[in-house]
Amino acid sequence: MSKRPILEMYGIHKRFYGFAALSNVSIRLFPGEVHALMGENGAGKSTLIKVLTGVYRIDEGRILLDDRELRVANPHEAQEAGIATVYQEVNLCPNLTVAENIFIGREPRRFGRILWKEMNRQADELLRSRLHVSIDVTQPLGSYSVAIQQLVAIARALSISARILILDEPTSSLDRHEVEQLFAVMRSLKEQGLAILFVTHFLDQVYEISDRITILRSGELVGEYLTSELSRIELVKHMIGKDLQVLNQLTERTDRSDARGQEPFLEAQGLGRSRQIEAFHLTIHRGEIVGFAGLLGSGRTEAARLLFGADRADRGHLRIAGEGRHPIEAPRQAIRQGIAFCSENRKTEGIIADLSVRENIILALQARRGWFRALSRKRQEEIADEYIRRINIHPKDPEIPVRNLSGGNQQKVLLARWLLMEPKLFILDEPTRGIDIGAKTEIQKLVLDLSDKGMAVLFISSELEEVIRVSDRIAVLRDRRLISMMEREEISQENVMKAIAGG
Amino acid sequence: MLRRPYLPVLITIGLFALAFLAGSLRYNGFFSLQVLFNLLIDNAFLLIVAIGMTFVILSGGIDLSVGSVVALTTMLSASLVEQFDWPPYVVIPLVLALGALFGCGMGAVIHYFRIQPFIVTLAGMFLARGLCYVISIQTITINDPFYTKMALSKVRFPDGSFISISVIIALLVFLLALYLAHFTRFGRNVYAIGGNEQSAILMGLPIARTKMLVYAFSGFCSALGGVVFTFYMLSGYGLHAVGLELDAIAAVVIGGTLLTGGVGYVAGTFFGVMIQGVIQTIITFEGTLSSWWTKIVIGLLLFLFILLQRILNMGSTNTRSM
Repeated sequence: MSKRPILEMYGIHKRFYGFAALSNVSIRLFPGEVHALMGENGAGKSTLIKVLTGVYRIDEGRILLDDRELRVANPHEAQEAGIATVYQEVNLCPNLTVAENIFIGREPRRFGRILWKEMNRQADELLRSRLHVSIDVTQPLGSYSVAIQQLVAIARALSISARILILDEPTSSLDRHEVEQLFAVMRSLKEQGLAILFVTHFLDQVYEISDRITILRSGELVGEYLTSELSRIELVKHMIGKDLQVLNQLTERTDRSDARGQEPFLEAQGLGRSRQIEAFHLTIHRGEIVGFAGLLGSGRTEAARLLFGADRADRGHLRIAGEGRHPIEAPRQAIRQGIAFCSENRKTEGIIADLSVRENIILALQARRGWFRALSRKRQEEIADEYIRRINIHPKDPEIPVRNLSGGNQQKVLLARWLLMEPKLFILDEPTRGIDIGAKTEIQKLVLDLSDKGMAVLFISSELEEVIRVSDRIAVLRDRRLISMMEREEISQENVMKAIAGG
Repeated sequence: MLRRPYLPVLITIGLFALAFLAGSLRYNGFFSLQVLFNLLIDNAFLLIVAIGMTFVILSGGIDLSVGSVVALTTMLSASLVEQFDWPPYVVIPLVLALGALFGCGMGAVIHYFRIQPFIVTLAGMFLARGLCYVISIQTITINDPFYTKMALSKVRFPDGSFISISVIIALLVFLLALYLAHFTRFGRNVYAIGGNEQSAILMGLPIARTKMLVYAFSGFCSALGGVVFTFYMLSGYGLHAVGLELDAIAAVVIGGTLLTGGVGYVAGTFFGVMIQGVIQTIITFEGTLSSWWTKIVIGLLLFLFILLQRILNMGSTNTRSM
């Protein structure tokens, strides 16, 4: 079958300050197809999308829309040309109603007066007929879940008569059911003849929904493949471009149950907080990795925040290193006890984007020493160099602002900051979210190494495989309750999933 | 179902009704149409200024220059009319245009140089206040027949109660603002920018134009408030309307508008102004209390409303994360 592509990009080059973000990249989007754009962090996916949506201008190359040269200078012009983008963080206004979010800027009017009834009717009809959702469009957008907000963003795109829809990691913060809902919408849009460009890190989802895959690596095109003709292992190979030994090493992990120290580092007894997480018991031994498994909103993060004192527990006790004490009331106390917490919100609660790699790494250590005993510049540089080498932060220059690093490397900087404190318990909340497979395996390996050296680790991730791979024991959470504690020998994908699903 | 954003406004209206009722029960002669009208007559200029402020705060900004612009308007009007013998029908449109231009300029600086509205309008505040004294350091009394006529004419109702011309102007501005906020693209864009400016940009809304228009509207309202103030005071003076910007902000916040922008109603501001007026009136009726008690009550009310908004907000974020 020879379909003609709606959009073709040829030989795209884009450089930033001498660094080639894209070199000679091409991609074709066909009507009625879901096209997955795959690649590690730093592969150039975001840059490519930004070029297509008019955020960046290309240095070389051609973009053809319906065989005609396309030039867009800003997101607005891209929209006008029929290219709409829905980002992971929904770019709508939570204070406005659903209907307004769909139509703002193009409201139906008579003599300049906005026709609210007409607008609400059109919004309702659009959502029903094309996306098959029926919600009250007169409610503020903020009162709906992220999943619904994304559908509203898609509805807005459709109402601008979009022919190309770019979905940039739309599924990262959705639970299983919401992903199904989104996929149902994508399938129906596909039938309506839209070309969809889909960016995700979840391989399962790529195989479930996409027809065609384009793979980028380090700003270069690896190739375009039909999904049905590309095996998973080949896809991963193309993406990381190195042999899969690292991955295999991790899967054939030796049984380490004897490596676990007998001495409990932390014991939570009936710790809980009303409306956030029900009282739970949890013991973490020195040198042990305990995983938290559960769906989004199951209370994983909430439980971790209690252990760290980021939220205050309103019941229960916590014993640290055998010493009984009331729940930790503030992160400062936790840090003094040797607990480190790496938040899931890397951007808002972790890195400081404008400071350099070196400055970000030494931040916590310097804070503990107090500002009167400043670390010398030389010492700072030594530390930065050591960690850049040890956990393989790229690029290796300690002086560039963290903002310019890829997500995976930003995460590593954050890990370095806490490792420098030599914590006894390291709480990692989604340390691998939104980062590429290469960096993911490196971080997993690092976690295993740390526990071998006697550090206790609490590992939280929404990727079940990953939790199973690294954890000695797994705590399963559901509906804000810790429902089961699994020992190494009981852990299997099926058992954990059964526990999460319940029943 | 009651929608949450309406709640603060309803509370404001309820509080106003309650205060009015309390006054009526306690004092003879309080419960009359005229007392109600006097609230409007005495606060017409504040209402106009606060309406302009509402748009600024809805857009996520703040305008500290309004009090000074009111003073500058009274000064400029008085000087042109009395010392240069310019006719009022030239002076009034001129000062209104200057007010809008002044606001538009501040909006442009805020937008294009990405400077906090607080600082830019603070500079505007000093600038306008200082310009008053360039014109004169003394009060300039206005004897112009047009101004005195505007000050003294009353619109009478059959029962004998009356309102001033200023009240009619203020009510017209109020109706215009209601329409602007809820039935025009400009108004909805203001809400969008206040809700999430980054998103508004990505949705292709005209940010620069809207922001400049918001400050221009506030400047216009300040100048109009100044014109109404000259009708009220019949003089121009550099010390007129000192601290008015804070009264206006208080009225907007008590009216249920979020200081962070994006949420609020023009109608709320109306009652925010009326509440300030009714408290003042009660204190006048009481007779023995110093009028500074108004400030104390306003302070407490402000506090209450900010707490209330925070609590309502916390409620909504909780349900969202479930």
